[in-house]
Parts: sequence; C-alpha cells; structure tokens
Amino acid sequence: MKPKVFAAFVGPSIFMMLLFIAFPLVSVFWNSFTVTQPIYETVEVESCTAGFLEQTCTTEMETRPVLNEAGEITRQTEFVGFQTYRNVLEMGRFWEAVQDRSWTALQNIDFWKALRFTLMFTLVTLPLVLGFGLAIALVINNASQRIKGPVIFLSLLPFIITPVIGALSINWLFRGDGILTALLEWWLEQDLALFAQAWTIELMMMFYRVWHVAPFAAIVFYAGLQTVNQDSLESALIDGANRWQRLRLIIIPHLAPLLIFVAMIHLMDTYRVFEEVVGFRAEGYVISLQWLTYDFLTPDQAGNRSISRASASAMLTMIGIAILLVPLLKRTWRDHKGSH
Amino acid sequence: MSTAKALRQPASLRIMSGTFLALWCLIAAFPIAWITVMSFKSPVDAFDANPLNVIFGPATRADGSGWSILEIVLGLAVIWVTARMTVRRVPPLVASYSPGGFVALGWVVAAVLVALGFVLVFFGVLPLVTDLLGPLVGPLGRDIIGATTEHYQTVWIERGFIDNFKNSLIVTTGVVTISLTVGTLAGYGLARSGSTLAFWILIIALIFRSLPHSVLVAGYLPVFINSAEWLVPLLGENAPTLYGKPAAVIAVLVAINQPFTIWMLRSFFANIPADLDEAARVDGCSHFKAFRLVIMPVMWPGVITTGLFSFLLAYNDFLVTSLLLDASNQTMVPAIAGMFNRETTTTDQVVAVAAAVSITAPLFLLVMVFQRQIVSGLTAGAVKG
Repeated sequence: MKPKVFAAFVGPSIFMMLLFIAFPLVSVFWNSFTVTQPIYETVEVESCTAGFLEQTCTTEMETRPVLNEAGEITRQTEFVGFQTYRNVLEMGRFWEAVQDRSWTALQNIDFWKALRFTLMFTLVTLPLVLGFGLAIALVINNASQRIKGPVIFLSLLPFIITPVIGALSINWLFRGDGILTALLEWWLEQDLALFAQAWTIELMMMFYRVWHVAPFAAIVFYAGLQTVNQDSLESALIDGANRWQRLRLIIIPHLAPLLIFVAMIHLMDTYRVFEEVVGFRAEGYVISLQWLTYDFLTPDQAGNRSISRASASAMLTMIGIAILLVPLLKRTWRDHKGSH
Repeated sequence: MSTAKALRQPASLRIMSGTFLALWCLIAAFPIAWITVMSFKSPVDAFDANPLNVIFGPATRADGSGWSILEIVLGLAVIWVTARMTVRRVPPLVASYSPGGFVALGWVVAAVLVALGFVLVFFGVLPLVTDLLGPLVGPLGRDIIGATTEHYQTVWIERGFIDNFKNSLIVTTGVVTISLTVGTLAGYGLARSGSTLAFWILIIALIFRSLPHSVLVAGYLPVFINSAEWLVPLLGENAPTLYGKPAAVIAVLVAINQPFTIWMLRSFFANIPADLDEAARVDGCSHFKAFRLVIMPVMWPGVITTGLFSFLLAYNDFLVTSLLLDASNQTMVPAIAGMFNRETTTTDQVVAVAAAVSITAPLFLLVMVFQRQIVSGLTAGAVKG
C-alpha cells in the first residue's frame, strides 16, 4: 500500500485521536502546572450613611475582582510549578501522618485514601476474577451441549449491564433492609448496617466488580478450552495423571496467554474504578483515584471547577497506568519482532 | 462423543459441577431479575424484608392493582407469539421486501414495526380484552399478584425520561455510525499495510485505550466551556459553546472509542485473505474501489460485532456524558444518578428502580439477538492480543 493511500485510509481516525486524545493530554499536562484565577484588587471604599447634621462615613478595604472593558471578570493564568501537585498530595499532612505512624491520619487525606482503595481493589479482585472466571469456564465446558447457549446468555447479563446500573442493582439488594441484608441478618442473627462503615461498602464493591467481570474472563477461557490438545490430555492420562494434575499441568499452561491477557485488561480497567463509587453512593466513605479527578471537575457550590487540581490528580493517576502498561507493551513489541 | 472410560467423570464431580453452574446462573441473573420484580411493586412491598411479599406484593394488591391468572396467561401468550413471529416470519419478509443493498435499512424498519405492533397490542388491546373477559371467568380473573406500572409512568412521563431516552438515542446512533465509518477505513488500512508506521499507530492506540476517561475530560472541559471565545476567529459571531452539545459528546466518545475500534477491526480484516483485494487490484481497481466492491460485502460480521461494542460504550457511559452535557440534554445513565440524589422517599427509590430497569431492558434484548456476535467479539480480542 502506498503511503498516500495508507494516509487516506488511516487519516480520519488519526485526526480524531490526535484532536480528542493527544491534545487533551497535552492540555492536562500544561494545566497541572498552571493556575487560572480571577485577578483581585484591593480598593478603599468609602460608604456613607445619612445622619443628623453630618454623614457618618466609614472607609473599608474591599477585595473585588478586576473587570475588563466588557464588564467581565479578568482571569490570569499563572505558572505555579509543582504547587498544585503539592496541594493534591497534601505533603505536609502526609509527612505528619507518617511521622506519627498514624494510619487514620493518612486515610483522612483524600489522595492517599483514594490511592489505598484503588490499589487494594485492583489487587484483591484480580485473583478472584481469574479464579471464578476459570471455574465458570470449566463448568460451562462440562455442561451438556443443550444448556450451553442459555447459560452463556445468563452469564453475559452481568457483563453487558451499564456499570452504574449494575452497582445500583446490587446496592438495592443490600440497602436498608434490602433482601440480602435481611437474609444475612437472619443467618448471623444480628443487626447489620452495611452502609455505615467503609469496609462493608468495599466488600460490596468488590463483589459487584467480580460479578461484572468474571463472565468476560469465563467466556475468554471457555474459548481457550475448546483448543486444548486432546492428545496431550490422553497421554497424561496414560502416564497416570489424575484430574487435578491434568488441570494444573496441561490445561492451565495452555490457557496461560489468555490468563495474562485477562489479567492485563482487568488491571487496567479496575485501576480506573469509578462507577462503583457512584452506584454505591460511597463518596463519604470510599473514593477512588478516578473519582477524585471527577470530583475536582464537578462544579462546587459557587459553580467553580478546580481544573488545575483535576489535571494534577489526573497526571498522578497516569503514573500508575504507565507502570501497568510497560509489561503489555514489551509483550506486543516482542510479538511484533517475532512476526518479522 | 466416545470418551475413554477413564476420562469419564465420577458422579460426585458431575453433581458438583452442575451445582456450581446452577449457583452461578442464579448469582448472574438474580440482581437484575430482582430489581425488575421490585419495579412493579408499591414501595412497601418493594423493600419488604420477606422475599415472598416482594414477589406477590400484598400491599400492592390491596391498593387495587394486580395481575390475574387470565392477564398473566394472555400477556405471556402475546410475548411468546411476538418472539416466535419475529424469529420465524420476519426474516423472509425483510428479505423479500427490502430493495437490494438496503437490507440493513429493511431490518431497522422491521424492528420498529415489530416494536410498535407489540406496544399497541400489549398496552392497547390487551387491557381491553382482559377487562371484557375478566368478569366472565370467575376466580381466574381475580388478581393474584400485586403489580403496578405506575412507577414506569412516573419515570417516563412525569420525570421526562423520554427526553433522556431521545438524547441517548442521538448520542449512541452518532457514536456508532461515525466510529464505524472512521474505524473501518483505518482498520482496513492498518491490516493491509504491515509497515512499521502502522505498528506504531497501533501501539499508540493501545496506550490511548488505557487512559482513564477522567483525564481526557479534564482536558476538554476548559476548552469546551470557553469554546465560544476561541472559535470566533474561525466561525464568526455565532461560534457555539461546545459544552453541553450532544455533537461534542459524540465526537469525544468516537475518539475515546477509536483505539479499541481500530484494534478490533484490524484483526477482523487480517482474517479476510489479502488475495481477495489483490485480485481486484490486478483487474485494475484502485484501493478504494477494491475496498468498496470486494471487501465491503464480506466485512459485515466484523463490523456488526465492533458496532455492538461501540454501542455499549456510548450507551453505558456515565463519566463523559455527566460532565460534558448540561441538564437539558442529559442521557439516561447520568439522569438516573440525578434522580437518586433527590431520592428521599421510598416511592422515589422505586421510581429510580423502574428507571434502572428501563435502561437495562434494551441491553437485555441486545444480548438476546446478538449473543453470538458478542461472544465472538470478546474472544477475538483475546486471540489477537
């Protein structure tokens, strides 16, 4: 294919990605080092009230935004270096908490709280998703041909559902005296308030995420199970391997590339955890890194959005993404070289 | 299949596997099924701690709204007949009536007609019939399950969910058409090029795919809000503020979706033998003509699968739409979040449940119709990396 033809085919797509992905990235990077705010001036204002014989006058210093000719507030963009990052990370409070060896103090700082939850959420759900995904794939593979279709249909539902709605639907099962809370209370014979502390909310979020992603893992693994070499299974059998050994020594190594693929996708997606916080209305107890950025971007009561802080927290979030990406890119590079 | 005797599973293992499968199916379907049941009940029943009360809804029935055996049987019959007709009769009708080359359009028309007919019969004709027959059949006509559709009426009519639905429709249609048009061309180009440049484009797309969406929105927001100012030199006095415009959101979602789209379509095109378009080229076609005449007729399975995933992205999105659209043209998913923020009474909660079920229903139909394509899309990504 000639470069010109190639450009014509790929051009529109590249243009969209440059304009709406690459450009915002640059803009976020720039915004994280600058602060845009109205310029204020302090003026002496004399206010007088009518009185007997003479007016009573008071002079006050008043701070007000500078207006331009059109009567709009003048804004000024200032380069502040790493100041916004320091504001987001709250390094002062962070070091204090570290010196006091106080975990609670550390968990009162938004960024560190969000980081703690995001990492824990990612690492706890990963083995669960892989494990349940594999188990579901094995039992689907084991089921009779007739029920496979309906079972896959049911399994797809949690995966396809809108994340916010999925989280909400689990939320409704537990909220107040929801049906599952009632069941748990009856089983444990004690009163439960599942939305009153962070750790129960976190458990429910993890349950939701595993419920949501395990079908994806299961279907990918199920497809992989169809290509397991029957001959090596049979020879393992002749060598006296039992069921568990066959699974561990033949089937799992065969699925290894798929396990890595699902793990990578899952790591990237859970690191961006966000919808759970909205769906479980957990912002008072549990927040995630992406939710932090979202929160900075939503207008506060005065209608202001903290763009610089959002940019700084977005840049900090991306450090984690970069770390996650390195092994994936390495693998793609190896494949590319291998194919030539 | 004649498996060796040694490979056959002992009964205990088979039972365990079957139990686990049944348990998984229950867990997978339960939350969705349960909120669907809840959405038809009065608040007292919907949040009752006793599951039987939630299912049979005594309080709802006491309020005078419920379904009798007659209504349930007739309702199920209408649903069953519709499903059967759609599967059996509609495909040949579409094939015979749609003019050549417009089969896709024929399907859209057919889908709309079936939906309209169903709504007409189910909500228009059926209540009349049951009202007439009810007194005649005695006990069969008495309500046995308490159920009410008032929450759906509240959501769709009073709360204006229909506007949100229209906005969702606009955004998803826009995203799917544009991202498929742009992505198909790019995917084909990338699959046939094999140059180092193509490889690097794919790598950069992979990096873009992993970016959190909030990062990108943080980049758009200041630009979009002030767009009236900086677009003046280009567009003159009528320069629009991009913030709050569905068109801007469509552009953003198309771009966010682009990395995934080109990866997926590239792997589909790579499976179409290159000999096919090379033969056309030898016959004197240009690349574009070869694409149009030879590739387009065989690419539809891949394009439909990719389109499904584009649809899901646009339909399910919360973050981008909630930040970039203002209240007047909100899509469904952020609208429901706004709904439960003011949710103070239990009635409001059930209304929110009804809204959630309304959002899920189209997805349910989608899986029913396109199960095979969704599965193939999920596995295609895995096999190709």
